[in-house]
Amino acid sequence: MSEKPTGRIYLFTKYERLWHWLQMAIIFTLLLTGFEAAGRFKLFGYEGAAYLHNRVGLFWVIAFLVFLFWIVTTGEWKQYIPTTKNLFDVVIYYIYGIFAGHSHPFPKTKEAKHNPLQRFTYLALATLLLPFQMATGLLYWSYNSWEAWGIDKYLSLKWLATVHVAGAFAILAFVIIHVYMTTTGHTVFGYIKGMITGWEDTYDD
Amino acid sequence: MRPSLVIVLASLFVSLQPAVAGASTASAGAEPAVAAEAHAAPPAAKPAAQPNAPWVTVDHSKLEALQKNFTSAKDLTDTCLSCHNKTLDQFQHSIHWTWRAPSSTKDRIVGKGGDSINNFCVSTNYMHDHECLDCHIGWDRKPVTINCMNCHGDLSFNYEEAVEDIEAFLEEGDEESLEMAHDVQQDLKAAAQRIQLPTRKHCGSCHFYGGGWEATKHGDLDKSLGTPTKELDVHMGIDGQNFQCTRCHTTKDHKIAGRMYSIPAATTRESLIENDLGTRITCVSCHTDKPHTSGFANKLNDHTDVVACQACHIPTFARKRSTQMDWDYSTSGKTRDGKKYVVKDADGRPVYMSIKGSFVWKKNVKPEYFWFNGSIHNMTFKDVIDPDQTVWLSRPLGGPHDKNSRIFPFKVHRCNQAYDKVYKTLLTAIYTEEDGGYWDTLDWPKAFAMGQKDVGMPFSGKFGYVRTKYVLPTTHMVAPKEQAVKCAECHTRNNGRMAKIAGVYIPGRDGHHLVNALGLLLILGCLAGVCGHALIRCIGAIIRRSKSVG
Repeated sequence: MSEKPTGRIYLFTKYERLWHWLQMAIIFTLLLTGFEAAGRFKLFGYEGAAYLHNRVGLFWVIAFLVFLFWIVTTGEWKQYIPTTKNLFDVVIYYIYGIFAGHSHPFPKTKEAKHNPLQRFTYLALATLLLPFQMATGLLYWSYNSWEAWGIDKYLSLKWLATVHVAGAFAILAFVIIHVYMTTTGHTVFGYIKGMITGWEDTYDD
Repeated sequence: MRPSLVIVLASLFVSLQPAVAGASTASAGAEPAVAAEAHAAPPAAKPAAQPNAPWVTVDHSKLEALQKNFTSAKDLTDTCLSCHNKTLDQFQHSIHWTWRAPSSTKDRIVGKGGDSINNFCVSTNYMHDHECLDCHIGWDRKPVTINCMNCHGDLSFNYEEAVEDIEAFLEEGDEESLEMAHDVQQDLKAAAQRIQLPTRKHCGSCHFYGGGWEATKHGDLDKSLGTPTKELDVHMGIDGQNFQCTRCHTTKDHKIAGRMYSIPAATTRESLIENDLGTRITCVSCHTDKPHTSGFANKLNDHTDVVACQACHIPTFARKRSTQMDWDYSTSGKTRDGKKYVVKDADGRPVYMSIKGSFVWKKNVKPEYFWFNGSIHNMTFKDVIDPDQTVWLSRPLGGPHDKNSRIFPFKVHRCNQAYDKVYKTLLTAIYTEEDGGYWDTLDWPKAFAMGQKDVGMPFSGKFGYVRTKYVLPTTHMVAPKEQAVKCAECHTRNNGRMAKIAGVYIPGRDGHHLVNALGLLLILGCLAGVCGHALIRCIGAIIRRSKSVG
């Protein structure tokens, strides 16, 4: 683990890195203001928290649409095609190999930035959890239009708020594991450095 | 001059707005334009005449009918009615005369003039407490006529005294008396020609004193509203728009809008923009259901389907004078040296009276909130009660699933009052000295026997005390917007203003306990998982290092 890097690889473009850190800031703000608005603690005060949450939430939806446009037009969506190939190797690595000092079974390349486990996780995140959170958030925000849209019969604010909070817990759980996983590279801050500079060090194993 | 200046300034403001909007953030770009409309609106909403200028098309001082020497009160009223020939009939069919709600049935007449009972003087129309007549004109529906001057006269002139003097002097009949009668008649004639629309002080001469003393019954109506500041009432403030009561309480056939009893003050919430002949009694009439234009406007406007304007904009009532919150009849009747006595608090409010019992007065009171569709259910002295529970003498109707209901602020007056232990009904009594009531005798059984006889109800002779609640909708003393209730006062987990409101999900107050618990468990699990994983990694690294060194 302590050997010197033998080379480096440019993995993340400027836009990807900007999007990643922007989305981090957005999700961090939304989690903080969201849980405050849900009455879990006091920080900004209800009014400030609710105001920030609504504005940042709306901004997130727009920014996410831009990301979708980028991922489709650049062909980067291919990075998220799920595969079971090597999936078990990666899982076994994280529950055993990493402790025994084995090297990662899936070296990153420019063409395949994500290991199979990441592909599944990010695909589920980008197509299920995050859109679910945005959709329930938008419905929450537009609560007073439900009647005009004819959907008030099928929705209750109580249940919508509950599933929105459940989604937030799921995202927070992802954030915790995701942040921890960044420390599992060759060096503790290696992956974070990669997402800041775009370059990740490579090692011969 | 002034309105036109305002219009010029407003149009200047409007023309400046795009530049201001352009300079502000893009996301808020849409709002300043709306705000500009709102700022431009007040001049258009001003009345055609200045508030205190007469709207009428008649100069009463020029009317032939009023160029006479009145000989009696009836003469004065008859003179008014000689032109206003529908007034007597109109007035005697109004609630100000009948004291009965239109929802009454033959067996259960709702209203003060019927079988309803409250927890202040618990007196009704059938009884003979003549002091009530000072405000409750037409009480007992005696064949007396009306006095137009009560509401339309010049308040600085004492018509009653003038008429009494004239009648006395004319009766004496000697030359000197006739001359004096003539002098008073000249004053009365001049005063009778100074007819006006009712002002705050006309209405206030009764309504500021509901319950017998100032601000006693209503926490949102007291003498301070005669000359209020904008800070006390943003509409009526003499340093602001200077609204008179009649600006919102409009009148049709002498029926004055705004009473909230068994029938709502208004059955629809529509603005005058939607219907220019609609009522002016609701907030929505002038402010529409999207009244907020700045800041967090869209979310504030999202409240108007559930929360009444008053709930946020009247943060506390009784802001100038303390109001009565509790009356305990059971402590009445004590004497000192055989004499009745009174104990007053620092504000001069009685906290104990031998003839009435104990009182609690409070200032700056946070209202209690209930779902309310504009109708109030009233108990009558005929209804059987459960003395083991607090009795709602009046109760707001409505609920979360009623489209016409809003969360509305109330003053709740509590009382410990008498009921008949055998018949399980609330008891009425006769009070005043001149009628030989309780205030004279301090003898409850005697006072109850007289009261119950008057209302035609039995009295067993056995009485006890029961806790009662009486609700009074809070709608006056609207504070300036800066003092409106803050979001966090309701959107809070514990002890918020909405703590007791059921049937609506309030973010910040409510949550799903199971989901929250599972969520917390998930987060703790993740933290424990990554910590454990990290620990094993460290241990593995240490073991490997020691092996490679060894």
